[in-house]
Amino acid sequence: MKRHKKFLALSHVFLIIGSILCIAPFWLLVAASLSNESYAVKHGYSFIPKEWSLSAYRFLLQKWQLFGRGYLVTIIVTVVGVLLCLVITMMLAYMLSRPKLPFANLFNFIIIFTMLFNGGIVSTYIMYSQVFHIKNTLWALIIPNLLTNVFFIIMVKNYFRSNIPEELVEAARIDGSSEFGIFLRVVMPLSKPIVATLALLVGVNYWNDWQNAMYYVDDQKLYSIQSILNAINESTQYLMQGGGGGASLPTETARMAAAVIGAIPILVAYPFFQEYFVRGITAGAVKG
Amino acid sequence: MQAKSVGRKKHRLQQRKWIPIILMGLPGLLYLIINNYFPLYGLVIAFKNYNYSLGIGGSEWCGLKNFEYLFKTSDAWVITRNTLAYNIVFIILKIILSIAIAIFLNEVRTKTAKKFYQTVILLPYLMSMVVVSYLAYAFLGDRTGLINSVLGFFGQQPISFYMSKQYWPFILTFVYLWRQVGYGSILFLATLVGIDDTYYEAAELDGASKWKQIRYVTLPLLKSTTIMVATMSVGNIFRSDFGLFYQLTRNQGLLYSVTDTIDTYVFRALLQDGNIGLSSAAAFYQSIVCFITIVAFNMIIRKSSSEDALF
Repeated sequence: MKRHKKFLALSHVFLIIGSILCIAPFWLLVAASLSNESYAVKHGYSFIPKEWSLSAYRFLLQKWQLFGRGYLVTIIVTVVGVLLCLVITMMLAYMLSRPKLPFANLFNFIIIFTMLFNGGIVSTYIMYSQVFHIKNTLWALIIPNLLTNVFFIIMVKNYFRSNIPEELVEAARIDGSSEFGIFLRVVMPLSKPIVATLALLVGVNYWNDWQNAMYYVDDQKLYSIQSILNAINESTQYLMQGGGGGASLPTETARMAAAVIGAIPILVAYPFFQEYFVRGITAGAVKG
Repeated sequence: MQAKSVGRKKHRLQQRKWIPIILMGLPGLLYLIINNYFPLYGLVIAFKNYNYSLGIGGSEWCGLKNFEYLFKTSDAWVITRNTLAYNIVFIILKIILSIAIAIFLNEVRTKTAKKFYQTVILLPYLMSMVVVSYLAYAFLGDRTGLINSVLGFFGQQPISFYMSKQYWPFILTFVYLWRQVGYGSILFLATLVGIDDTYYEAAELDGASKWKQIRYVTLPLLKSTTIMVATMSVGNIFRSDFGLFYQLTRNQGLLYSVTDTIDTYVFRALLQDGNIGLSSAAAFYQSIVCFITIVAFNMIIRKSSSEDALF
């Protein structure tokens, strides 16, 4: 096939511009967090700070308990949330993937209808806070997000349909394996790619969540790292509580440094998982 | 006789195998029923004078009072207009830009370059909206923001972005696209990768220019994916990206006339003003119009190209 050199060059130009647009804000954020506070307030941030300073990070280091706790909450919520979601989603998707499943239409309807109509946040909020009393517990950060995206169920179901040979399931059944045993020992070992993809998609969801805390959590001990960033956003005083840092607190640059601390795990880890994400997005695009 | 009873026994065994399988699906189904179906009952709050101590059942009915209250002010109009207008602009621009980026990406055959571009343009999608609001603040802040420091360098007056609403339609659109186009382009790229090269070779033989190949080969083959992406978005045209409108604007009251959407309005009425009646009326209104649009849009698609319909 003839290559279109001009068009290829044009593609690179646009993609490079796009890439710069995507990276520049992160660059600016890091540069801002490394700027000298008084210089920045007078002259503003720039991509290359004229006067460097680590005082923002030094200040945040004194607050290590706050951020350490935030990370601990985030990690617990993400791990528990991902595990629960995986168990529930895989089992439900396995049931739906079985040929000749009785009541299949009913089950499918239950799932599809959630995409069309919902009770809205007000009644969900009242249900969780008044009936299930999950306010100010870690569950408040886990339960409401468990199956936010029913497309994941459909994605896994489609994966099972096309990747698990029915003969294998049948053979295990003849060998006297229980249905759950088949799921555990035959189906799961063949499903590693989809488990990895799902875990990543759901994990990012949990890692980035700040809304549930806004609805259900007042107790600052249960603030995840995103909730802490949200609290700093809502009140500049948040970081200053409890004192420490001396007379001139680096308020502006410290906020930027806090955002860097919040963003860094994904920035660092993501390139290694990139392929799984792309696979997940593409697999999710196939409708069931 | 014997054969018949064996057949029946086999049938019973066949039926019995479903019990553990359905038990496996049960936790997920129960969760959906609690999380997605129980709140449907809560929709009646919109027609009640809700009182926390009395609960949903005990609260008094108040007819359409909550709705009267909602539609009496200009609020209902402003939030509906904002939600719809932003979403329409978002959907159109997102699809166009995603397709463009996907075509460019598909052109690049160097593996490392392609992977680099893909990784970078997907990055914004993975950042939480809170982090994005900090990124935006680094540009838009009053004293410290990059834009104002550049303006200052050229001797211009600084702009108080968080107090001037004329800029926000552009800022919100830009940030939305910045976050979403990478994701969208990967959806389209998945389709492009699957296109057989022979189509292009044939077009080449016919002397079609690159532009003509895109126009007559690539774009028609993307129709299905485009419809799918559009269906998803149009179905949610009355739902806004709460994080975008809440975090990016830092919930600034001065900007509400151009930044308030149904979701931010419901949130504020519920948690900041504690006005359950008003927020439940707005949420009910949103649920209904959403349902109507998704069903109507699906019907239109089913008529024009039935294989692309959602249900």
